[in-house]
Amino acid sequence: MEQKTREKVLEIRGLSITFRTTAGPVHAIRGVDIDLYRGDTLAVVGESGSGKSVTMKAAMGILDKNARVDSGTIRFTYHHDDGTPQTVDILKMKKRELRRHINGKRIAMIFQDPMTSLDPTMSIGKQIIEGMLWHRRATKAEAWSTAVRLLDEVGIPEPEKRMKNYPHQLSGGMRQRVVIAIALACDPELLICDEPTTALDVTIQAKILELIQRIQKERGISVVYITHDFGVVAKVADYVDVMYAGKIVEKGTVDEIFYDPRHPYTWGLLSAMPDLDTADERLYTIPGSPPNLLHKVPGDAFAPRNPYALRIDKRAEPPMFKVSETHYAATWLLDKRAPRVAMPAELRRRIQRMEKGEEQHASKVR
Amino acid sequence: MHPKSGEPILKVCGLKQYFQVSGRFTVRAVDGVDFVIYPGETYGLVGESGSGKSTIGRSLIRLYDPTAGRIEFDGMDISGRMSRGDTERLRTEMQMIFQDPMACLNPRKKVGEIIAQGLDIHHLYRNRTERTDKVAAMLEKVGLAPEHADRYPHQFSGGQRQRVGIARALIMNPKLVIADECISALDVSIQAQVVNLMKDLQTQTGTTYLFIAHDLSMVKYISDRIGVLHLGHLLETGSTEEIFNHPVHPYTRSLLSAIPRPNPRVEKDRVAQSYDYKAEGVDYRKGTRHHLGGQHYVLATPEELARWTNGE
Repeated sequence: MEQKTREKVLEIRGLSITFRTTAGPVHAIRGVDIDLYRGDTLAVVGESGSGKSVTMKAAMGILDKNARVDSGTIRFTYHHDDGTPQTVDILKMKKRELRRHINGKRIAMIFQDPMTSLDPTMSIGKQIIEGMLWHRRATKAEAWSTAVRLLDEVGIPEPEKRMKNYPHQLSGGMRQRVVIAIALACDPELLICDEPTTALDVTIQAKILELIQRIQKERGISVVYITHDFGVVAKVADYVDVMYAGKIVEKGTVDEIFYDPRHPYTWGLLSAMPDLDTADERLYTIPGSPPNLLHKVPGDAFAPRNPYALRIDKRAEPPMFKVSETHYAATWLLDKRAPRVAMPAELRRRIQRMEKGEEQHASKVR
Repeated sequence: MHPKSGEPILKVCGLKQYFQVSGRFTVRAVDGVDFVIYPGETYGLVGESGSGKSTIGRSLIRLYDPTAGRIEFDGMDISGRMSRGDTERLRTEMQMIFQDPMACLNPRKKVGEIIAQGLDIHHLYRNRTERTDKVAAMLEKVGLAPEHADRYPHQFSGGQRQRVGIARALIMNPKLVIADECISALDVSIQAQVVNLMKDLQTQTGTTYLFIAHDLSMVKYISDRIGVLHLGHLLETGSTEEIFNHPVHPYTRSLLSAIPRPNPRVEKDRVAQSYDYKAEGVDYRKGTRHHLGGQHYVLATPEELARWTNGE
């Protein structure tokens, strides 16, 4: 990741979102900052209910009706066809403008379940060209040939024949490829992948991720992954944001998060996942379950589940402490006055193992 | 991993499960599968979706009538027509934990009722107090509080519901528990909780697990032995070590190479091996079981076996 003046694609500042529910207002997002630069890949990681999908839905302007944005800005920079850049605040745009200029055209989204994100009554060819006809004012013939090329690009054999197929005639992996083709049809500058492989098998999962990576390299687009799978994160991400209870608790480059995690929640998430070298010991678990955001959480929301919680965690929410230029974590453990707490021994052993595995890997490649 | 000795608790021999879709078309979901499970061990079944792993679980517990083959459970034949007594024994001694904790609990019953339902049906208590005590003890075993018996499933989180599912299965003191993708629907941190719980309960009660999953890293963690399924055929089976360290079948290898590893520097430039059933020119129906030593078996024709073992 070379340091040059790079262009910001997405800049979210102080985003807060409340959902009106029958039980009362739920503060799903409580002040989120996210930065994404052109060509980079960001992974947003967290348990279900941590607000990772809601944040990205807000960036796309497709929040549910009962959601209310309390504060914040989402600045998105895109290029007109002639190359002049323009920056807009997604939250201030009217729905009509969003649908015409942003959704599908400049920000595209890949959803978790390929079974439900395709229209069963339309042939896949029609579904791919639909966006091009609407956004790019392409003629039908042009759009059709582009669609065939796209299907070929995402690795579907005999694309001309497949254009006339309906979703039910394709397997899960093939359907997800079609969804990716649809997302790419209008040449978006930002691709949001919401758990793109959770519904798929491991073998197909790897292929889909490699496909997205390849396309990203070729087209130079920025990608946001929403996931809870650290295997996926390790494979694709440049930067990682760890979310918990509607806040980002740790952010950094992928190496910083995996080899030098600082927040106890990140420790927990990393330890809970068995890697293939885990011996016959017990898996580490994060005790308890995420807080109910219906009630205001005093202090640090993670404190009740945190074995390393300090007294101050119950009273005051920790700010983002800086670890390095790119690495920040919101935990009082990083305060100067805090006692020195090291990461769990098992995790440290695993990180050492990972570094060793890397050497082995490097020697194998050479 | 110590080799399990003694008589197997479950013997599956040539199990076939076909589903007739229409007059001319039959789906061969499971097409001749042999494996054994020993008491007290965990046998992991892995494969991609459509490989027939869930079907095997459902055939074993007789949710389906097997088309052909022989299933022997604890010395009793459970593949053909079963006498009333045998059915009753099967229904108590073999239990199942289902995939989706949101869907597998009756939303109109309290958790205590759900857990005690098996006891009720088989009259396994003498009076109400014994029933309440049994439910309370079971709830505590799976990490819930006895007060939870009076709540409804919707009042619990996903991980807690899966604990209720486990409690419901284990209260019958089963000899074999079939866990069908029982952690796939849960979050990573909750998965670890449930897997730890299952392991703890196994050491306490000595139950046998058939663990069906597609997440290989979890399967490796929990299983003593593993079977790899593809298109209804058991391609390779062996101890966890044999499968993970010396995979022979190309499908097993591609499956192992596809596991994402939480290690960015290794993961970044790793490319998964692909496996194409047709391109490999492998016909599973022609293959026979070859013993490779230990508990390691692979399905192959002699030529294929020679190619796979030497073609390193």
